[in-house]
Amino acid sequence: MSQHIINLIYLLAATLFMVGIKYLSSPDTAKKGNFLSMIGMAAAIGATLAAPEINGFTLIIGGIFIGTVIGAYAAIKVKMTAMPEMVGLLNGCGGAASALVALAEFHGNSTGFVPFTLLTLLLSLIIGGLTFTGSLMAYAKLQGLIPTRPVTYPGQQIINGLIVLATVALSWLVFQDSTNILTIAGVLVLSLGLGVLAVIPIGGADMPVIICLLNSYSGLAVSMTGFALSNNALIITGSLVGASGIFLTKIMCDAMNRSLANVLFSAFGKVDESATATGEIPAQTMKGGEVEDVATILANAQSLIIVPGYGMAAAQAQHATRELADYLGEHGIEVRYAIHPVAGRMPGHMNVLLAEADVPYEQLFAMDDINDDFAATDVVLVIGANDVVNPAAKTNPASPIYGMPVLDVEKARTVIVLKRSLNVGFAGIDNELFSMDNTMMLFGDARSSLQKILATLKK
Amino acid sequence: MDTGTIIIGLTIFVLACFAGAELIAKVPPTLHTPLMSGSNAISGIAILGALLATGHPESFNSISVIGFLAVILATINVVGGYLVTHRMLQMFKK
Repeated sequence: MSQHIINLIYLLAATLFMVGIKYLSSPDTAKKGNFLSMIGMAAAIGATLAAPEINGFTLIIGGIFIGTVIGAYAAIKVKMTAMPEMVGLLNGCGGAASALVALAEFHGNSTGFVPFTLLTLLLSLIIGGLTFTGSLMAYAKLQGLIPTRPVTYPGQQIINGLIVLATVALSWLVFQDSTNILTIAGVLVLSLGLGVLAVIPIGGADMPVIICLLNSYSGLAVSMTGFALSNNALIITGSLVGASGIFLTKIMCDAMNRSLANVLFSAFGKVDESATATGEIPAQTMKGGEVEDVATILANAQSLIIVPGYGMAAAQAQHATRELADYLGEHGIEVRYAIHPVAGRMPGHMNVLLAEADVPYEQLFAMDDINDDFAATDVVLVIGANDVVNPAAKTNPASPIYGMPVLDVEKARTVIVLKRSLNVGFAGIDNELFSMDNTMMLFGDARSSLQKILATLKK
Repeated sequence: MDTGTIIIGLTIFVLACFAGAELIAKVPPTLHTPLMSGSNAISGIAILGALLATGHPESFNSISVIGFLAVILATINVVGGYLVTHRMLQMFKK
């Protein structure tokens, strides 16, 4: 196939990717968009295989077969609650692939490159490498394989800074002699190390931001590979992914009222609990409720807003939540869900879990669309959310989360909080919501609490 | 690579960044997770580079091994990304 035809097919693929994202603007058309995107990918792969440069197919077919088996198995088996981990791992694969393509280019060339190609190849190698290890670390933090709290040590940022300098210095040597595989390998090793060291000082609950950012990096790495190979399909697609990652990163940061630099470098959540959670709010002032009390309050309500948080995901309580909501809905109670942008461990995490439990998406409301309605609501049911409903973000300038937009749940007539234990949230601070007069706490596993409430209501 | 090619590439890059930002801003928060996994899948387009690296050499050598690994990883990215996105989107009902 001639290169011109191949390039036209690449253009078709890039167009289909864009149309695919456009169709994601509504859940009704989203599935069709994903199909179009798949067709684009298949066309681009097919066209590349028909390129005159491809001589052997054995390794290609083998690689595609192995990758398909692993990818399909993971995609079918993964639990919806583990979606952040899954996206993290996929990101890592993409980053590693870009780095390896750059490595193969370096390795296969004995005559050197023009400076621009060399620069983009190096960037592809570095960004791909750090995306790979950074994503693995994010995965390990989300899975709890390594401590989710920020890992810090003295001089950490100086050490990281030195590694960046060393990477730049070695890259400079590659510019002098791009055929020396040792310096190239050195750059790769440093970028792999950088990915690890950059992510370990970041707390587990900040991983959504990191996953978005790494998503953007993997796109950037693809764009750089595209520049090096003069492949427009890679340039366009990489920039689409890069833009999407940056956009989501910004949404996450805005929703926490923190800058990206603060997320990356402040080791947020490091503050140990004894220092900030001063116990100013003694447990005695909290109103502990029984299942019967909660059931009575719900039975007498006319409107209910459910606020899910990471605790709902951790307890796999989405189905129990929907069953309770269905029962209440059938008995004439208006049920809606309020979704905070950083609830859960990735953007839209709660929406996917509730969709899995067959909650119609029309019942899910973003924070800005529902925040004014809390005052006119009878009952708010908070399921495993903490910092996103902490009024201190509005009232206490000394609080680490002061200024973060939060859900105004305390304005409702009654707030019921399902919580595993009295532990502080991610920010390591007390939540005065829990001791307010109109709040009732129900401690225990969210799923079994919800099931008990439903059983009591049915009696 | 001549300067003209570089400038065309940069032009495409900048325009695609803006087009991407416009498209993505219209995706509702409820679909942000599928957006991430879906855009993840298309970033597996790096597979094109991997295919060229693997199929290009005249004979089996270390470049084809590196390419082979890249093909596996990029395929996981593509297949896993699309399938998991499909699984999620299937669940969104009125």
